[in-house]
Amino acid sequence: MAAVSLDHGLILAAILFVIGFVGLLTRRNLIVVLACIEIMLNAAGLAFVVAGARWGRPDGQVMFLFVLAMAAAEVAVGLALAIRFQQSLGRLDVDDADEMKG
Amino acid sequence: MTTLFYIAAVVAVLATILVITRSNLVHALLYLVVSLFAVAVVFYTLGAPFVAALEVIVYAGAIMMVFVFAVMLLNVSADSPLRVPPSAWIGPLVLVAVLLAELIYGIGLSNHALQAGEVGPQQVSEALFGPYVLGVELASMLLLAALIGARHIAAQPEGPALEDPQLSGEEPDARADEGGEA
Amino acid sequence: MLQLLWVVPALPAAGFVLLALLNRRLSRRAAALIGAGSVGLSAVVAILVAASFITSPPPGEAYRQVLWTWFDTGGLAPQIAFYLDAMSVIFILVITVVGFLIHLYSTEFMERDEGFTRFFIYMNLFVASMLVLVLADNLLLLYLGWEGVGLCSYLLISFWQRDLQSVYAGRKAFIVTRVGDTALIVGLFLLFTQLHTLEIQPLMAGAAKEWAAGSGFAVAAAALLLGGAVGKSAQLPLQTWLPDAMAGPTPVSALIHAATMVTAGVYLIARTNVLYTLAPDVRLAVAIVGTVTLLYACFSALAQHDIKRVLAYSTMSQIGYMFLALGVAGWSAAIFHFMTHAFFKALLFLAAGVVIEALGGEHDIFKMGGLRRKLPAAFWAFVIGAASLSAMPLVTSGFYSKDLIIETSLGAVDGNAWLWLGALAGSLLTSVYAFRVVFVVFFGDPQTPVTRRPRWRMLLPLYVLSALSVIGGFVWLPQWMGGFHPLEDFLDTALPVTQRVAGSFAYTGVSALLTSLVTVIGVALATVWLVESRAALKDVAARPTPHAVQDFWLHGWGFDWLYEHVFVLPVKWFARVARDDLVEPAFSGLAWLNVQAWRALSASQNGLLRVYIGVAGVGLAVIVAFVVLR
Repeated sequence: MAAVSLDHGLILAAILFVIGFVGLLTRRNLIVVLACIEIMLNAAGLAFVVAGARWGRPDGQVMFLFVLAMAAAEVAVGLALAIRFQQSLGRLDVDDADEMKG
Repeated sequence: MTTLFYIAAVVAVLATILVITRSNLVHALLYLVVSLFAVAVVFYTLGAPFVAALEVIVYAGAIMMVFVFAVMLLNVSADSPLRVPPSAWIGPLVLVAVLLAELIYGIGLSNHALQAGEVGPQQVSEALFGPYVLGVELASMLLLAALIGARHIAAQPEGPALEDPQLSGEEPDARADEGGEA
Repeated sequence: MLQLLWVVPALPAAGFVLLALLNRRLSRRAAALIGAGSVGLSAVVAILVAASFITSPPPGEAYRQVLWTWFDTGGLAPQIAFYLDAMSVIFILVITVVGFLIHLYSTEFMERDEGFTRFFIYMNLFVASMLVLVLADNLLLLYLGWEGVGLCSYLLISFWQRDLQSVYAGRKAFIVTRVGDTALIVGLFLLFTQLHTLEIQPLMAGAAKEWAAGSGFAVAAAALLLGGAVGKSAQLPLQTWLPDAMAGPTPVSALIHAATMVTAGVYLIARTNVLYTLAPDVRLAVAIVGTVTLLYACFSALAQHDIKRVLAYSTMSQIGYMFLALGVAGWSAAIFHFMTHAFFKALLFLAAGVVIEALGGEHDIFKMGGLRRKLPAAFWAFVIGAASLSAMPLVTSGFYSKDLIIETSLGAVDGNAWLWLGALAGSLLTSVYAFRVVFVVFFGDPQTPVTRRPRWRMLLPLYVLSALSVIGGFVWLPQWMGGFHPLEDFLDTALPVTQRVAGSFAYTGVSALLTSLVTVIGVALATVWLVESRAALKDVAARPTPHAVQDFWLHGWGFDWLYEHVFVLPVKWFARVARDDLVEPAFSGLAWLNVQAWRALSASQNGLLRVYIGVAGVGLAVIVAFVVLR
């Protein structure tokens, strides 16, 4: 395998992260918001793997594994909360949850 | 390999963009699955086949499935009526443009090559059960906590969205009784 | 006897204190007794002191009595000390004697007024202050008296506190004279810083020694003192307060605004005559101010309807004569006219007061008439007063003093034909306006019924002052009548002798003739118009001038309007603008800014998750920027 450039990998991770961030700021559907969080976590994990591959060490992949585990846990709890969210507020609009206003 | 990397990268970026712009929720999730697949390919080109497989199995397989299940559970209509006016995109786009510029500037374009050679599953496993064993244990505890927490949060005394009693954690005894009698 | 000098101002001062302390607990009789009695006793003592001074004059023709040191600081240690010389003798005699007569008159005039005791409190304070003014050994003590009479003038003009016009008049008097007082105090500063003393005699000696004739300091000091005198004596341009001051009770007008306070300016200039000798230009200004004022006032008096306003303008013009005399270095002549003027002007005011009270408070002369038979005492008093004012030849005191001034204005070294003509013209107009009032008020058909008649306390002063108005002039007869002038000899011990052009004495007879002629012509004119019709006298100013001019003279040549627009309105505008504290917005602006910031920050707490994440993203961008760009 010919070498892939380190910087390009990191830039890819940055681009994916940023796209997830935009989605997070813009979309109002709670499920989409959670999906964007996943995108960002995935991008961060990609950055770890790239870094690990730079040095030819498994540490990057190990970190990715942990990120993965954390993402799974977070999705489980997050979707459970989404279910409760819909029950109390009637729909999945993030903007409905503004009781912290003021 | 490098070509494959770039192709997969492009696919990933495009798919991700489509994720955040689709109004149909299920479409967005499916595009996300595509994006995850593309990232798995990227992992492979980086010489990390183990995490490539993990990406597909866990991320695209399990996590996204949970998303889909939740969507079905919540009965979200196919076409989400929650549209955001185009003008709402401007601020975030400016912000992320700045952020991206900074990151790219910080990363630099130095064209360091990555080390050739892949880091196979064996090495990863050795690292996992070696120096990182504590992290593994903690990760499993985290998952346990998430499991229990999700079950409790999602459970409710009554709830119009939960029509399928099988998926609620509320009546295992009743089910067992019913199953026993019947 | 001279040691009793301090008693003269002390008695009215004691009266003031006693009346003020016991105010409400005194009956009318007691208040009248204390009020008039203190001034009466003071008059007695003054006569004793004067007699002693005249019969056995002290060395140097002056007597100085030191009471105590007022204060001692920074090189300035003025003393409460009295200085008596010929001029002060005349002044204290006039102040106490005429003052006593007016106080006696007031006990009847004010008897129905509920502020009876308050009236005498102020009057006693006034007499005490005026005496301090003329007896003061140093300019600071003089200034104390000056301010005291100013205060009493204000208090007495606005005596009827519920009448808005009186209050405005009092305020106006105080403010206008304040302008003059400021000039005076600046003059005092100048004198002290240059000559290091404020005691009058050493000051005059020091000035004569150190300042050359025409030097800047002398001119400045003289001009500033002139400013003060002009304010107090109601000469141009600070004369607007005097006609309005007639809002006060008539005895007040008689005492303060005719006989004494308004002559304080004359006293000041005569006292500091050395400065004026050192600054001939300023002295010329004094003469010009006097002449212009006397003409201004004569024209204005011709057009007035209110009997007291006629007399106010008349006072203004007679003081103009005194200033004219001072301006041509006729120091003693000015004092002589002061004395006769006190007699006949007080007489005129008191007689006017009798008329006003008799008609139940009526001031408009065209609502009076035919009082010749109803109020004979007032009639004769007024005729004698008017005659003296008009300088009726030979039989009135006014003739001698006014004639002296008129011929001095030409015969003195600093005399001037223009001044002389002005004085002569003024005399003509004086007799016209004076007899206009006499004819309108006392002749013709009665317009308003007589409701109150004067009794002995108002009549006695009239008799005494009438007598004085007739014989008061015989103490200084002109050259051509024999040269019997004990008053002049007496005053020459205190004031410089007037310098005359050589050979001018020969013309005094001619001058007297001219003066007499002018007076008679004036009376004749007034008589002619009386015969013609009463309406002719009403519009006497309208012949030969049109109505607009008459109106112009009626309102004092528009000075009030001028001052209102140039000074008063801008100050009022500025006060209105600055009323809402100008500095306030700076502080409330800070508060407003805070509120705006709060609003903005509040708005940012809108509860929307996306917004919060966006803000966090901005923070992230900033931090990354720091890290990356370091």
